[in-house]
Amino acid sequence: MIEFDQVNKTFTQRSATGRGKSVHALHDISLSIDEAEIFGVVGESGSGKSTLLRLINALEAPTSGVVRVNGVDLAALRPAEKRLQRRRIGMIFQQFNLLANKTVAANVALPLSLHRRRGMPGSNSRASTEATGRGSAETSGRGAAATSGRGAPRERALEMLDFVNMGAHAAKHPAQLSGGEKQRVAIARALVNEPDILLCDEPTSSLDSQHTDEVMATLLRVRQEMDTSIVVVSHELEVIRGACDRAAILESGRLTGVVDIAAPEARERFNSYSERARRYLEGGQQ
Amino acid sequence: MNEFGERLARYQGEIITSILETGAMLGWSLLAAVLIGLPVGTGMYLSRRGGPKERGWLYAGLNGFVNVVRSVPFLLFVVALIPFTRWAVGTSFGTTAAAVPLSFVAVALYARWAEQTLVEVPQATVELADSLGASTSQLVTRFLYPEARSGLVLSLTTVTISMISYSTIMGVVGGGGVGDFAIRYGYQRYEYDIMYVTIAVIVVIVMLIQAFGTRLSMALDHRSR
Ligand SMILES: Nc1ncnc2c1ncn2[C@@H]1O[C@H](COP(=O)(O)OP(=O)(O)O)[C@@H](O)[C@H]1O
Ligand SMILES: [Mg+2]
Repeated sequence: MIEFDQVNKTFTQRSATGRGKSVHALHDISLSIDEAEIFGVVGESGSGKSTLLRLINALEAPTSGVVRVNGVDLAALRPAEKRLQRRRIGMIFQQFNLLANKTVAANVALPLSLHRRRGMPGSNSRASTEATGRGSAETSGRGAAATSGRGAPRERALEMLDFVNMGAHAAKHPAQLSGGEKQRVAIARALVNEPDILLCDEPTSSLDSQHTDEVMATLLRVRQEMDTSIVVVSHELEVIRGACDRAAILESGRLTGVVDIAAPEARERFNSYSERARRYLEGGQQ
Repeated sequence: MNEFGERLARYQGEIITSILETGAMLGWSLLAAVLIGLPVGTGMYLSRRGGPKERGWLYAGLNGFVNVVRSVPFLLFVVALIPFTRWAVGTSFGTTAAAVPLSFVAVALYARWAEQTLVEVPQATVELADSLGASTSQLVTRFLYPEARSGLVLSLTTVTISMISYSTIMGVVGGGGVGDFAIRYGYQRYEYDIMYVTIAVIVVIVMLIQAFGTRLSMALDHRSR
């Protein structure tokens, strides 16, 4: 559950010539995103979409107003708590942001190694739920792919790679993958900690339509099998319509509406490229 | 030729000693470069304007140190540092004493190289570390160094070769080394053939170091392939 309550965000841009000028990235945003919802945010470039997303995992702090995630006001958290919060929220990016010098498997295992080393609470929730008889709500609410991840980081990473159909590529380096494959690896990495929330910033904007379909199909499976809330930011209306339950429309930092998406065939429309291409070419609805 | 061979054989022990002296001076200064220069360069990268942990005063301090060490002419620097050297290693003469000013220069050079190399790491890498809740030390060790490692190796190679060049004048404080050997026999005793042989040895050593550094750097780099 994510809530924005009258959120404003102003950046001060430092110019080379001296005095900073203010940019109002978000104006008075109020909205709430439900659990296990796929929520879209559409808007043109510069409309504030990324800023809105980055407020959810406290990469940005609101200038005024409150952002709450699962009831917690992020502004009240100390820096270490903010980092902890971020570890419970997955994020994927337009440019995938994989580490070029690590293998696919090492990229996916990376978040796990950050956790273990710090011994942060939540880092070994898998071990502790096992110890307590796996009775927590977190465990029972999740699909098989997410809960079976009790082994070593590497096994867990391989499991997530299988989930995104990238198991065969574990030993490769990112440079050897296509864009769509990279993004699916990034999804595996974002999910390896079993986050409640997955944030996607223009996840398909550097992909062609076939790879877009693969990635969006993967996101739909994430929601179905893991009950993860997903927030997808994109300027591509078709992507948002194809995958989301609801979407917010941003224009120059203002929320101009939240719409329910009426796309009856939303669930199967990304299943196969050829299916979609045929339907489109034969004159069906795009 | 026969006579040359005889002299070469006679100096053999001295040549080996001088190579070992150069090795010791390089070893100390490279150790300092990695143990001190890399953290200093990382500190500059982190604290610089627009860096992940912007701290103006820290950057000014580190940057000032690096600039001062790099801008004082080396021979003057060696002499000016003598009181410190005497305090630090108990003597201002000999190979160990020579390693002190060399280490300062190696630290400053590598700090600057490391800073520049880290700046080249895509901002997306920092963004990723932030989104994963990495601490600053994790950002450095888990994200920045792995992504920058081929550049860090390559720039350490460059520093190594610069240090060979700097070390050749360490004869002035009794540091010895191959450079000192070449100067003594070539310049002072007019045995030019011995000097050219020594220069050739230095050139070969530099080429080997560069080849090794380039290879290692390429092996560590998976950015395109
Ligand atoms: N860190 C920042 N510093 C200054 N201005 C920023 C920063 N991040 C975003 N902005 C500005 O805020 C506005 C919204 O940016 P953003 O959220 O990235 O939009 P979008 O993702 O919709 O393209 C833009 O005008 C952008 O220039
Ligand atoms: Mg954006």
